[in-house]
Amino acid sequence: MSRIIDVHDLNFSFGSGALSQPVLKNVTVSIQKGEIVLMTGPSGSGKTTFLTIIGGLRQAYHGSVRVLDQQLINSSEQVKVSVRQQIGYIFQQHNLLKSLTALQNVSMALEMQNRMTEQQRLDRAAEMLKAVGLGERLNYKPDQLSAGQCQRVSIARALVGQPQIVLADEPTASLDKQSGHEAVTILERLAKESQTTILLVTHDYRILDMADRIVELEDGVIKEK
Amino acid sequence: MNLVAWIYFPARLAWRQLIFDRTKLIAATCGVLFACVLVFMQQGFRDALYASAASAPVKLHGDLFLMHKQSEAMWRPVRFKRSELMRALGNPAVAEVYPLYLGLAPFKNIETRGKRTLMVYGFDPDSLIFDIEDIKNKRTALRLKDTVLFDEYSRPEFGPMRQLLEAGRNVTEVNDYKITVVGFFRLGVSFAADGNIATSDLNFMRIFPDRTLTDIDLGIIKLYPDSSITQVQAELSSQLNEFVNIFTYDELLQNEKNYWANMAPIGFIFGFGTVMGLVVGLVIVYQILFTDITNHRHEFATLKAMGYEHGYFIRVVFASAFFLAILGFIPGYFFSLGLYHLAESKIFMPMPMTFGKAMTVFLFILSMCMTAGFLAIHKLKAANPADMF
Ligand SMILES: Nc1ncnc2c1ncn2[C@@H]1O[C@H](COP(=O)(O)OP(=O)(O)O)[C@@H](O)[C@H]1O
Ligand SMILES: [Mg+2]
Repeated sequence: MSRIIDVHDLNFSFGSGALSQPVLKNVTVSIQKGEIVLMTGPSGSGKTTFLTIIGGLRQAYHGSVRVLDQQLINSSEQVKVSVRQQIGYIFQQHNLLKSLTALQNVSMALEMQNRMTEQQRLDRAAEMLKAVGLGERLNYKPDQLSAGQCQRVSIARALVGQPQIVLADEPTASLDKQSGHEAVTILERLAKESQTTILLVTHDYRILDMADRIVELEDGVIKEK
Repeated sequence: MNLVAWIYFPARLAWRQLIFDRTKLIAATCGVLFACVLVFMQQGFRDALYASAASAPVKLHGDLFLMHKQSEAMWRPVRFKRSELMRALGNPAVAEVYPLYLGLAPFKNIETRGKRTLMVYGFDPDSLIFDIEDIKNKRTALRLKDTVLFDEYSRPEFGPMRQLLEAGRNVTEVNDYKITVVGFFRLGVSFAADGNIATSDLNFMRIFPDRTLTDIDLGIIKLYPDSSITQVQAELSSQLNEFVNIFTYDELLQNEKNYWANMAPIGFIFGFGTVMGLVVGLVIVYQILFTDITNHRHEFATLKAMGYEHGYFIRVVFASAFFLAILGFIPGYFFSLGLYHLAESKIFMPMPMTFGKAMTVFLFILSMCMTAGFLAIHKLKAANPADMF
């Protein structure tokens, strides 16, 4: 199996000089294709920072971060954009576009794929929304949907482009138990079907059983379990 | 990525975000509409000014025109000797020369007896220097003592002359001198005069007792057919005294327009008004786009995290600016059209809505919105995808 995410001796600090605050210390992790990895750890331990570096949202300068065979350390904007396009994100908040319907929100993830026609995009998006149980809600806008439904739309948006990797940062934190569990179950099912690699940060112990592997980040240091 | 998608997708997003918040959209449209109407009115008044300033020379019929060098415009001429005009006859290409006498004088409204200043044109009725049928047809009547023709396009404050004339009340005073209105012609008002009357050169001297036939305001030269106007112009300028300007018809028109555009502060005032309208609009549109980006920065950052490039959002902002320009311009155009009609019927200024004017104003408004967009894009830096998790 290939290493789809391969991190070696990653060091990262916020600030510079005397104010420099190290957040990630010699982090070394690799994740295989199709693995579901859950990351836990106390608040402030650097989990979010780690995800933003993996996802090409934040620039790191020390160590080695290979994602989908691209080096993200000291990378150009182009490399980061190309990595972003191959990754699906699920945020803590759903971060849907308020002015767009569920269908339009999901198909936004396909707009960059210029080989598709607009109709194909809409069909794929509708299919994906059906898969997350929102086939009846295609033309609803975010403010007409519940928080759980919105998070399911954002799961559909993250998966519709058939990304190799899905990164999720506490996707259930803003949901009640019931809808949080529903959302994660859907995510797990769909990811398994398409062999998608998942790196998911969570504090929710009830979903730990879906993981192939659990890593813990404490004070910027990785502990495998 | 092909060009259509390159602009279509961001434009579509901009449009969807614009129409999502109707209240804000209406407010934004009103801002652009306001600027639009302001600019339309300034342009309208300015063009009306130029058009009316040149309305008298437009109807003059001649090949070359003599004017004193110190004459800034036709409504405030500096007089020169008729003999200077006569010397032009020495040139073999010159067929006829005619003097034109101009004077501003109070005209008494027959009904109200109130006085208001208008322009008096004095000329030899047989000279046919005005290219106006009504004047040509009335030249026998004009030859009589104390007769004038009244400009129907004069402001209504001079009285309902046509009705008065039909009722037989055709005697009034110009410059406190009793005259008889014997007919009408159509010329139009200008910023210099609210009305016009035409009369013979001899009557002109009676109305203005301190004027003489030997001191003229404008000389009109007609050439024999097939002579070169510019060549004769060059010859005359070496033959005549240097205190006269020799204009072709187009130069005379241009001279009048330049006077109002540059010499008179009025041209500056309307230019200033236009700029102020655009600045106000610019500030409004900038404010709208700026707050729009601020409100959407999380959405933009989300899209960036999904792999959208920075240029996409720049195109979103410019597309919003473009839509605002269109949305404000269309009602602004019709609103201004109404105001133009109102101005034409109430203050008798010629305010035509031409395609050229609409196009000019649209380009002004479009560049205003685009400039606002250009100023607002720096705010896009606030959309940082690293802050999204
Ligand atoms: N943008 C930032 N600037 C400076 N410090 C930050 C920033 N983001 C996070 N930090 C700090 O880095 C540390 C790790 O934060 P984070 O990665 O968000 O932890 P977690 O997601 O595990 O709660 C925290 O101490 C936090 O205060
Ligand atoms: Mg966090």
